[in-house]
Amino acid sequence: MSYKVLVFVKQVPDTQNITGDAMTPEGTVNRAALPAVFNPEDLNALELALQLKERYGAHITVATMGMPAAAEVLRASLYRGADRAILLTDRALAGADTLATSYTLSCCARKLGDIDLVLCGRQAIDGDTAQVGPQIAEKLGVPQLCYVEEVKSLEGRTITVRRAIEGGYEVLSSPLPALLTVIDANEPRPMNAHNIMRFKKARTKSEAARPAGQTPLAPEEAAAKVAELEKEGLLIEEWNASDVNAEPDRIGFAGSPTKVKQVMSVVLTAGEAKQIPPTADGINELIHELITDHTLG
Amino acid sequence: MSEKRGNVWVFVEQESGKVAAVSLQLISKGRELADRLGVKLEAVLLGNGVADAVPQLFHYGCDKVLLAEHPALEPFTVLPYAKVIMDLIRERKPNILLFGATLKGRELAPRVASEKRAGLTADCTDLQIDDFEDKKNGKSYTDKLMQIRPAFGGNIIATIVNTWDDPQMVTVREGVMKLGEPDTSRTGEVEKVAVKLSDAETVVKVLERVRADKEVDLQGAQIIVAGGYGVGSKENFKLIYDLAEALGGEVGASRAAVDAGWISHDHQVGQTGVTVRPRLYIACGISGSIQHRAGMSESKKIIAINTDPGAPIFSCAHYAIVGDLNTVIPQMIKAFKSKQ
Repeated sequence: MSYKVLVFVKQVPDTQNITGDAMTPEGTVNRAALPAVFNPEDLNALELALQLKERYGAHITVATMGMPAAAEVLRASLYRGADRAILLTDRALAGADTLATSYTLSCCARKLGDIDLVLCGRQAIDGDTAQVGPQIAEKLGVPQLCYVEEVKSLEGRTITVRRAIEGGYEVLSSPLPALLTVIDANEPRPMNAHNIMRFKKARTKSEAARPAGQTPLAPEEAAAKVAELEKEGLLIEEWNASDVNAEPDRIGFAGSPTKVKQVMSVVLTAGEAKQIPPTADGINELIHELITDHTLG
Repeated sequence: MSEKRGNVWVFVEQESGKVAAVSLQLISKGRELADRLGVKLEAVLLGNGVADAVPQLFHYGCDKVLLAEHPALEPFTVLPYAKVIMDLIRERKPNILLFGATLKGRELAPRVASEKRAGLTADCTDLQIDDFEDKKNGKSYTDKLMQIRPAFGGNIIATIVNTWDDPQMVTVREGVMKLGEPDTSRTGEVEKVAVKLSDAETVVKVLERVRADKEVDLQGAQIIVAGGYGVGSKENFKLIYDLAEALGGEVGASRAAVDAGWISHDHQVGQTGVTVRPRLYIACGISGSIQHRAGMSESKKIIAINTDPGAPIFSCAHYAIVGDLNTVIPQMIKAFKSKQ
């Protein structure tokens, strides 16, 4: 038997390598100045899924919610060995907080149906909340196994994992279906050359209708292109909110209880530090000052 | 509006009956919030045979402890914990619910928030009470919890408000809330609450559990000597240990030094490590990324030693030593020993 595995991935701005242009003078984030990357721990989740496929047999669907450009992380997943890719994109999904996001993704999982395992990275580097995984698990009514380092075994309807806890680790077993959040404990494989050749022309229908750097195609031309992609197995499925039967008041901005009141950039305060020369005298004086004011001693 | 405002709750995290430091910090902060709102502060303590932990929760400021004990609540697994807390929320309708942003808190709080369909803000570094006007929907709210957290890799600080029904839920980073002075004469009411669990909450089994207490208690340290990538090697970290030992402090590290394998993660200070506010923090060979500064910039005195005068660490330092730590640190040890 083969397990049905769903991996949720996200395209994120590369917050780990922020450059000077990333913040506007008003203190908001200039997303356009940040390169978009495959969220690092989602790559760990995909790697775990690929290992399960090799060890036990699995069909891997990768899904992402995002802008049309997020199709890039789906292609990167196909290049690594995913079997099916779905882009969930809709203007109505904009402004979603973690509650609305997890609801939408749970609708996507339900639509796919009969999933044995849902895998996500622990957290995305643009928000660092780690909330979406557990919230999807709750919405699907399945157990969550968080901070997974490795799958020890998958036998019949039982999965056994090793996961991180404060100051150590635990081995947990759970019945399927279950959701795993995965941490940076494996080495994601590089893209496979054969798969790149096979899927480099894979496109969503939006991409097919608007080829990069070209003028949009006429509707008939676009429909023909989509039909051609589908025939070649190169069409990345594109779903909107109603395709996954999401209730309008539970998605996007309307479905998000948390609102941002204010955003401030973290500014460096100009150096008010007292300069201490790196000499014996300078350091003696510093130590003397710290002992005198009871910081030391 | 006529309905009485709910109380402030703190989820108390414990390991073998020992209460997590962050939970006591949250009780100190929760006391402040409850006083400001004119409501009670209640602790929610789950486990099995953990009643001995109750008195100190009163000492730090709780009015009442809701104690849930059951064999399935030890050790921690998320499903039964979420069920017990959810049942309590439905029955008693708290206004605010605080969790520590620990591994446990960060998997438990979202499970509960999802079921309650409540907003949840992760990793807060400050909490305040204020009014909020939502310009988009034209509604105004009084005395809401302002949930303040870094976002975008620490490059911005956002203030988040939950505009839906209570509870307003947050997880709070360890070490950012000041621990109040315990008052050992303070006492309160303990209420044992019924634990109703079904098979659905006990399907996940803990087959093996290996843990050790942290190598080092950075949050409790008054003096921290921290090393970064500029230390250069694992062997050279001996210098950092030598200075810490001479001054009676503990050893911290930046993420770069931990990632290089020179020292264990237990020592890491910053956004993905611990947040500290010691009396003295000495940053040696640490460039001072925004993520590192987020974990130490509240220290009372900061000395930065770095060969690069443009290192961002100097922006939050009180004393700047532009020089080589390999010569500066031995001089510091010598100077301190000669003054004693």
